[in-house]
Amino acid sequence: MTLVSEDRDSGRAAARRSGATAVAKAGGPGRPPLRHRIITRSLLAVAAVYFLVPVYWLVVSATKNTEGLFGTFGFWFADPRPLEYLGDLLAYEDGIYVRWFANSLLYAGAGAVASTLLSAAAGYALAKFPFPGRETVFNVFLAGVLIPGTALALPLYLLFSEIGLANTYWAVLVPSVVSPFGVYLCRIYAAAAVPDSLLEAARIDGAGEARIFFRLVLRLMTPALVTVFLFQFVHIWNNFFLPLVMLSDSDLYPLQLGLTTWTGYADRQPVLYQYTVGGAFLSVLPLMVLMGVLQRYWRTGLTEGSVK
Amino acid sequence: MRRPTRGEIRNARAASGFLLPFAALFLLCFVAPIAYALYTSLLKVERSGPLGLGGGAHEVFTGLDNYAQALQDPTFTAGFGRVLLFGLVQVPLMIVLATALALLLEAASARWVGFFRTAFFLPYGVPGVIASILWGFLYVPGISPFVEMAGSVGWDVDFLSRSSVLWAIANIVTWQYAGYNMLVLIAQLKSVPVELYEAARIDGANAWQVARHIKLPLIRPALVLTTVFSIIGTLQLFAEPLVLQPLTNSIDSGYTPNLNAYNEAFKSNNQNVAAAEAVLLALVACALSFGFLRVVGRRGKDGA
Repeated sequence: MTLVSEDRDSGRAAARRSGATAVAKAGGPGRPPLRHRIITRSLLAVAAVYFLVPVYWLVVSATKNTEGLFGTFGFWFADPRPLEYLGDLLAYEDGIYVRWFANSLLYAGAGAVASTLLSAAAGYALAKFPFPGRETVFNVFLAGVLIPGTALALPLYLLFSEIGLANTYWAVLVPSVVSPFGVYLCRIYAAAAVPDSLLEAARIDGAGEARIFFRLVLRLMTPALVTVFLFQFVHIWNNFFLPLVMLSDSDLYPLQLGLTTWTGYADRQPVLYQYTVGGAFLSVLPLMVLMGVLQRYWRTGLTEGSVK
Repeated sequence: MRRPTRGEIRNARAASGFLLPFAALFLLCFVAPIAYALYTSLLKVERSGPLGLGGGAHEVFTGLDNYAQALQDPTFTAGFGRVLLFGLVQVPLMIVLATALALLLEAASARWVGFFRTAFFLPYGVPGVIASILWGFLYVPGISPFVEMAGSVGWDVDFLSRSSVLWAIANIVTWQYAGYNMLVLIAQLKSVPVELYEAARIDGANAWQVARHIKLPLIRPALVLTTVFSIIGTLQLFAEPLVLQPLTNSIDSGYTPNLNAYNEAFKSNNQNVAAAEAVLLALVACALSFGFLRVVGRRGKDGA
């Protein structure tokens, strides 16, 4: 929430700031001394090593088999054969890994799209239609943000098994669609970005409410929708407790759940060490890409849509 | 009483059309489970027949017995104590680290900032389970290059011993979320008008004073927010101990309250006690979050 509202013109702010600092540097008393800059830079470098070393280890280890994992130094390559080993992984048990990957994409992709649409509709209704009890409804939704997801998952499983939904795709998809945070974000954004006059004009022109929402409102809310989508995608992709509780059929597993079953068996079946490492490596890639997009988007995209 | 106009009726109809899909699912996935957990937590399965084995099982109302049982279970309360200790140490450490990184990035010159920020944020893109698997390999003797390096200089280190495994988990969580929290704080820092810094600097304040007396008070709201979310996250600690469990015997079935509730439900097949534990967990999480918000809110009013 803070991210969305406040980072939006960071690009411009940074430009302004560097301009301002340049002025200060030229005339003012305090250009940071060299010593400060070296200290700052070194501290940042140390932190970067801390955050990157595990990722580096994963990249190196994805080129090794189980023997190499145990027998060679972890931070350097030894007889790298990444394609062969990753090929083994993808072929293992008729490509169960690929299936898990597809499941994860389905849960996160479909779940995030549905969640974004529902949040947009609810947020728009809460922002633009005054009705009695509106604030109460909003506060009840908002309280949902504070409830630990894992505290919900267990009773949700009991409930879903009563209605026969446990151990199906729906068991993971349906709860993933509900995002109180998304509604919060969409309400704030709709209140600011959808002008009442525009809605009135469309109504006078005879457009129906559904048409106004799909043709006009969704377009105006795009920046918020992208944020909600990305957040929810990451959230569902990372969610572990819900599928763990809900699913018992390994064909329905998302990636994370599948990989943990491998680590559980690895001491009996050592080849699984290799597959776990390779699988972790492949599964990290899409989210890393998404993180890059997310970061860039937070810096630039939100500006363009918000102030018109 | 005034009759609603045609426009108002149209409004109400449209609003409910937009609101209903979300509201229905919210009821199903948030309200119903809570109600159901409360209800189940008050019941107990009673078996009839000889030795309680044969015959049918039926549920009877037992009041707060399940809660009493959960609270008297030493593993469950020990798990609570463990996550509270974890939270007391890990949450402040991580928030301090995130704040320090945010301030350093703000102070650094522009050229490398993008690289560093991405590097710090990257672990947030690694799912908790994968991060735990990853660090698990970096902890476990035989694979871990750290253990190997320590061993080669004669230092016998065990990251997964009974006394150190909690901090091994703390490291995983910090690694994952420090960068994310840093980004939230940076966003707030960006909203501070530049003129404020410049004015302070012209008045002769050094970088440290600007950070301490201007930036820190101004990013207070973001600090509160990240702390509350971290507290909630800490209480839910589950994936990390579950993933590390096969690697060490220092993690028992009730290592965290969540793990305990999970095992109670699926291994011991005692749904009623598990429901009571889930309710207790949610209550503590809400109480801690609201408590923290109130404490900070009050102090904020006095201070400002």
